[in-house]
Amino acid sequence: MSEHVKETTQIKTASGEIITVNKRSIWVKVEPFVQKIPIHLIIVFFLVIWLMPTVGLLVSSFRMPEAILNSGWWTAFEPPANFTLQNYRAVLTQANIGQAFMNSVMIAIPATAMPILIAAFAGYALAQMRFPGRHLVFLVIVGLLIVPIQMTLIPILRLYNNLNVTGTFPALWLAHAAYGLSFAVYLMRNYIDGLPKELFDIAEIDGADNFTVFYRLVLPLTVPALASLAIFQFIWAWNDLLVALVYLGGSPDVAPLTIAISNLVGSRGRGWELLTSAAFVSVSLPLAVFFSLQRYFVRGILAGSVKG
Amino acid sequence: MTGQTVVIAIAATLGVPAGLVLYSWLADQLVKRLRSRTAQNRLRPVLWLLPAAFLLIVWLLYPLISTTVFSFKGPQSDVWVGLRNFQFVFTNGDMLIALRNNLIWVVVFTTFTVGVGLLMAVLTDRVKYESVAKSILFMPMAISYVAAGVIWRFMYQYQPAGEVQTGTLNALLTSIVPNFEPSAWHFSRPPFNTLALIAVAVWIWTGFCMVILSASLKGVDQNLIDSGRIDGCTEWQVFWRIIVPIISSTIVVVVTTMIINVLKMFDIVYVMTNGRLETEVIANRMYKEMFVTQDYGHASAIAVVLFLAVVPVIILNIRKFVSGEEA
Repeated sequence: MSEHVKETTQIKTASGEIITVNKRSIWVKVEPFVQKIPIHLIIVFFLVIWLMPTVGLLVSSFRMPEAILNSGWWTAFEPPANFTLQNYRAVLTQANIGQAFMNSVMIAIPATAMPILIAAFAGYALAQMRFPGRHLVFLVIVGLLIVPIQMTLIPILRLYNNLNVTGTFPALWLAHAAYGLSFAVYLMRNYIDGLPKELFDIAEIDGADNFTVFYRLVLPLTVPALASLAIFQFIWAWNDLLVALVYLGGSPDVAPLTIAISNLVGSRGRGWELLTSAAFVSVSLPLAVFFSLQRYFVRGILAGSVKG
Repeated sequence: MTGQTVVIAIAATLGVPAGLVLYSWLADQLVKRLRSRTAQNRLRPVLWLLPAAFLLIVWLLYPLISTTVFSFKGPQSDVWVGLRNFQFVFTNGDMLIALRNNLIWVVVFTTFTVGVGLLMAVLTDRVKYESVAKSILFMPMAISYVAAGVIWRFMYQYQPAGEVQTGTLNALLTSIVPNFEPSAWHFSRPPFNTLALIAVAVWIWTGFCMVILSASLKGVDQNLIDSGRIDGCTEWQVFWRIIVPIISSTIVVVVTTMIINVLKMFDIVYVMTNGRLETEVIANRMYKEMFVTQDYGHASAIAVVLFLAVVPVIILNIRKFVSGEEA
């Protein structure tokens, strides 16, 4: 240790000066990094585990079918690297995946557009209006948050069968809208409740009616909450399998990507070139939404789970 | 898909919000017409809550009651059978396997998602690439269970011993562990196949836990941590004695959210094994009772059991929601 202190070394600083320092002060600079090496190693270990499955899928989806069967995806970059788009061409034309992609769009977009204003209305009423039973109404809505979807499947399926709407998109939109609604109302109510009270007082003094207050004041101020709701609802509807399986039946004309892909899995153990590219087609849109709007996604999660 | 479907979808996307705006305007006009102030104050919230109430009552509340009634009736809901459906749930061999598996799911899934989520929340807080690391861990949240099932089936791919392994996991283990016997993980023997399925769900949900726990960690008063360090606590003690007690209420919320999630688990099992080799869980049994056996009594009883399993969690959390209400 004492020897360390005596030794000196020269460092060129950013401004070009050459200064002489002893090695101990270098150690002072390096030490925090060295101490953190175990932390970095643990984090990187988990990051590799978390990334590898998706990367493997993505790489494989661009490989030739024989290559996927005969070697691991990590060998794909060894020369001669040979990538192709033919899997995507095949999956979009032959395997109903093109159709299923359109069906998923047709299901998820209206299912997202429908409940948002409804939730904002209810959130506004619960946060800003004083009426008997408002606490009870809110408590019931929070309670419904935890009801498993499975509790609703049989009666709603029977209802749909009686109305002859099983297998139609509107039936599915309404179900998705309702299933997402308790969370949506909960989120909107808390968000509106957190807005400064003075704003509403001023609006009231100005004699603004509820219609004006809602569209001029509440909606513009709750845009971040509305954005996270929209993202959540879209990703739920897009990723859903069970609700579509039960209310749409097995018909490929209306099947979304989740059903089409699970049928592909069931029909063959092989055919990885189709499965990998189909799976990537199905995750492309939610991942794009996720990466571009991650901020709102995180905010929605925090608002829904932690008060504040 | 016909052109007509596209038109209906566009009409719903634009028309429903437009209709709702019109509805709220009419509602407001109607309230204004009322003479008495009390009547106005009574009718106003009713009208603003009405659309949400309609959806929640028809799609959630009514089915809740209806399913409970069906659970005491026969396969076609025409005769009363008393508790026979529940007797089936707790004695039938397949059901017992599913119940056991759900228990494994709850314990293992919750432990790993919350444990790894907390570990990553604590560790990423100390590095400069925190936001990138968090994005990567959080990304699977956007991926469907179905796609995740495909992704992990591909990870678990297996060729007989001696041949080139194309699945990542088997290739890795055969190259590291001497005499490693490759296998298709999700089709191995129970309970290892169930654990292989749980890994997929852990992969998806850990990021969620991390994000919430991380936000809570950042709210911990730095002065408390510093004074702990000055008093000579090790990092380990600072974590367990200072940080964990402060964020314990958030940990409880995350744990209960995970339990609620995992009890309903359906998709991963459906896609990866469809319940073969004793990997069935309750939600998949219910689906099969609905569409294979077509016994709505059994299926309803399973749903009710699933619901009852969540009730203690609701009661545990109600205090939090009520206090949130008053704040």
